[in-house]
Amino acid sequence: MLAEALAGLVFLPLLVACALLVMPRRTRLPLVLLGILPLPLLMFPVTTAVLADGLQIIAVAGFERPLGIEWRVDALSLVLKWLNAVIAVLVGLYALADYHPGSGKGRRFWILWLLLISALNALFLSSDLFNLFVTLELMTLAAIGLLVIDGKPAALRAGMRYLILALLGSMLYLMGVALIYAAAGTLDLYQAGGLLADDALPIVALMLMTVGLLIKSAIFPLHAWLPAAHGNAPGPVSAVLSAVVVKASIYMIWRLWLWFAGDWSMDWALTVLGLLGAGAILYGSILACLQDRLKMMVAYSTVAQLGYLMLLFPLFGVLGFAGASYHLLAHGLAKAAMFIAAANILKGLGTDRMDRLDGTDRKLPIDTFTFAIAGISILGLPPSGGFVAKWLLLQQAWGQAGWGWVAVLLIGGLLAAIYLFRPLSRLCARPLAAPEQALKSPGKAFSLLGLLLALLALGMGFAPAPVMDLLLGGPPPGMAP
Amino acid sequence: MNHPEIWIMAAAAIFGISVYALIVRTHLLRQLLALKVMGNAAFLVLVVGAGTVNGLLDGIPKALVLTGIVIAISAIGFALAVLVRLAEVTGSVDLDEDPSDQEPARDTNDPRDGDGHAG
Repeated sequence: MLAEALAGLVFLPLLVACALLVMPRRTRLPLVLLGILPLPLLMFPVTTAVLADGLQIIAVAGFERPLGIEWRVDALSLVLKWLNAVIAVLVGLYALADYHPGSGKGRRFWILWLLLISALNALFLSSDLFNLFVTLELMTLAAIGLLVIDGKPAALRAGMRYLILALLGSMLYLMGVALIYAAAGTLDLYQAGGLLADDALPIVALMLMTVGLLIKSAIFPLHAWLPAAHGNAPGPVSAVLSAVVVKASIYMIWRLWLWFAGDWSMDWALTVLGLLGAGAILYGSILACLQDRLKMMVAYSTVAQLGYLMLLFPLFGVLGFAGASYHLLAHGLAKAAMFIAAANILKGLGTDRMDRLDGTDRKLPIDTFTFAIAGISILGLPPSGGFVAKWLLLQQAWGQAGWGWVAVLLIGGLLAAIYLFRPLSRLCARPLAAPEQALKSPGKAFSLLGLLLALLALGMGFAPAPVMDLLLGGPPPGMAP
Repeated sequence: MNHPEIWIMAAAAIFGISVYALIVRTHLLRQLLALKVMGNAAFLVLVVGAGTVNGLLDGIPKALVLTGIVIAISAIGFALAVLVRLAEVTGSVDLDEDPSDQEPARDTNDPRDGDGHAG
């Protein structure tokens, strides 16, 4: 049952994507729904198996390692697969507004969308360094295809820059993989690290892979491509890019440092990674305060929030792991909601410049509400998923007397309050002389999808127990549970 | 393979040259070429680093390189398609020429979102 469900999560979107190429116009909408709606249902058998027995290992096609490739599901994979499934369905339904699969562009959009979902599902299962490379490439190409699908000049330029840097990241990663294979003779993520020690060659390989993945995750100071890409992409694409796609490469960095190289003694490097995260939080937040377009502000906020995920390395402990993983989930939901709200505002007003946002709350009440609710979670105000995550990180930092990290966490929260209050005060402001603009309504149902995502992020603060138990029960090796 | 050091040094040199080209060149086509060459350096390391299994050369790296070549070709093909589209839409094949990529061309009083095909 578990193996079938996992195979379904990977192959159902893939098969539907292929079918979309040949099926006639009328059948494409039901086909697309068939490709995304069952994904959360398929997650249930996986979830029950992991809740009952912890780590699940499946040898694909019955070939055991080292010859075959294994799929592994543990607490972290499960959380990310849930995030992917929820975003695939809710943001996917939202995308139906602009990209109906009956049209030519809609068909291209949906083929890429389903490929992206499939690649992400496979990535969160892989336990093989080369297999991870393949899925990462699939994910990146599909994501950039979605980014440039409208052919707008700004998106094309941003997509091209993203593509060049992403390919550079892939090549650095591939070089690292080649060196690891030469040194260890295996590419199994959970086996190779134990065969190697922290000698020169494995460290060089690990550094190459890490730098490549840091580029793809847009961690400060390698973040330059992200704001333009996420800020100029079509609405649903911005949402999925910020919510899941950048998280995938951070997930791989976690796997490399905490699982693969978990028992190498490289404390200095963990501190450096943490400092990069701190730099991302401060720099991203300050630039988010300075943006004059709403979507660019949200994109810089992503740069800042990704920094919290790197704080896991210096805040090494069960609470830190649970907090960072919870942040991954809460930020994914809240940021998807925020990008959907921003996309609706852009579509409704025809602009998302900050100085044109006055009085939007009357014209687009649901979207303004969504933006505010998502903001609460991004900001980390109680009660929200973001609050639980940051509270846990703060507890971990406090517990190990890392006062510098405590300061970064607190200043990051303060700066988030500043950059989120700016657009919110505009959205709810009364314009002095209201120029009556024709309003293009995005459609209430599509606004409600964004609200649902924001409420999910908020609800994570009310009921963190199930996810938290799961995360506390499955920390990386070396962390006492 | 005799003297793997030579091959590893060659791979390192190729890798270094392409990183240099990627940084120095601004023409996108040259940057893509640099990335392609960089991939070849990684493939070279994979092949040279192959050990022996039961006295025979390990076959897995060859499979990996084959897969890697297919991925590299599709990635470069996709990048070329984006590049052609970029050149058609903006008339530029150089990202450094136009630093205004954070300002979409829609700041008008027209509330409808224009199709964005400026120029």
